[in-house]
Amino acid sequence: MTWQDGWWAYAFIAIAGWLATDIWRWLGVIAGNRLRDDSEALNWVRAVATALVAAVIAKLILYPTGVLEQSPLWLRLGSVAIGATAFFLLGRKPAIGIATTIAALAAGLWWLGF
Amino acid sequence: MKSDENDQSSVVWFLSGMRGLFSLPAFILMLSFVGFCSLTAQAGIPPEQVVFMTGMVWALPAKVILVSSMMSGASLAAAFLAVSLSSVRLMPMVAALIPELRTSKTPTWLLLFLSHFVAITAWVFAMERVQAVPRDRRVAFFAGFGITLVVANMVLVGVVYHFVADFPPIVAGCLFFLTPIYFLASIWHSARHPVVHIALLIGLVAGPLFYWLVPEFDILLAGVGGGTLAWATERLWHRRKEASA
Repeated sequence: MTWQDGWWAYAFIAIAGWLATDIWRWLGVIAGNRLRDDSEALNWVRAVATALVAAVIAKLILYPTGVLEQSPLWLRLGSVAIGATAFFLLGRKPAIGIATTIAALAAGLWWLGF
Repeated sequence: MKSDENDQSSVVWFLSGMRGLFSLPAFILMLSFVGFCSLTAQAGIPPEQVVFMTGMVWALPAKVILVSSMMSGASLAAAFLAVSLSSVRLMPMVAALIPELRTSKTPTWLLLFLSHFVAITAWVFAMERVQAVPRDRRVAFFAGFGITLVVANMVLVGVVYHFVADFPPIVAGCLFFLTPIYFLASIWHSARHPVVHIALLIGLVAGPLFYWLVPEFDILLAGVGGGTLAWATERLWHRRKEASA
C-alpha cells in the first residue's frame, strides 16, 4: 500500500503530519508557563530546531525539484548570495532579501532561455 | 451587561486580527503557499490532500518534509520521525508566545486549540503586535489572525493548485525558490538569540554534508549534530566574553 491510495494518504498526513506537529504545539502550551525562557535546555532545543530547518532550506536550494532541477547550481547560489548582500546592506528587511534573490534568479533564468 | 460589552470588544479585536491578512508577512506567506502548491503539483500529490495538509499541519517546513517523505516513499514511522523532529521548534515558539497571550482566566483547552495556528509567520506577527493589544483581548486578536490565515491559505491552495501547472517555467521556478528564501530571511530576521544565527549557518552546511554522508537520516543528523555544535559554539563564545569582561 502506498501513500497515493485514498484513505491511507489522509491517515498518513494525519499521523505523520498533524500529530507530529501538534504534539509539539501542545507540549509548548504545557511548557509555556514552566519552561524558563533563558534556560540552557531551551537554548539547545532552539539550536537543534533551527539547524534542522536550515538543513531543509539547503536541500531545497541545492537539490530542487521541477523546473529548477535543470537550472545551474551557480545561478541558485549566486541569487542567494546577491539577495543576502542586499539583505545585510539595506537594513535587514526580509522583503528586500527575498525580492532581490527572486529578481536575480528570474533574470538568470530568462538569460539562460528558460 | 458587562459580559455583553466584553463579547463585543472581543469581536472587535478578533476582526482586528483578521485584518492582519493584509500585512506583508501574510502576503509573503501566501506567495510561499503558491510556491508550495507548485511543489506538490510537481510531486503529483492530489489537490484535496494538499488542502487537507494545509489545514492539518499548517507549518510550512513540516509540510515540505512531509511531502519529500511521501515522494521518497518513506515509511510512516520514518516520516513521523522526520516531521516531528523538524517541528520541535514549535514547542519553544508556542512556549514563548503563551505567556504573552494568556490571562489567569484563559482556559487551557482554548490555548491548546489556538496553538494549532502557530507557525513561523503567525508567531512573528503575534510576538511583534500583541504588545499593543490589551491583555484580555490578545487571545481574540491572535485567534482572528491565526484562523483567518489558515483558512485563507486552504482556499488559496485549493484554487491555485489548478493553475500552477500552466505557469511559465520562470514563474514556477521563482515560486519554488520563494519557500527556502522566505524561511531563510524570516528566521534570520526574527531570531532573538545569537544561537539561532549560528545554528542557521551551521545547518545550511550540515544539511548537504549529511546528505552526502548518510542520505537517509541527513535532516535528523544535521539538526541534532549541527544544532548541538551551534549551541556549544555559542556557549564557548559567551564564556570567553564573560571571562574577558
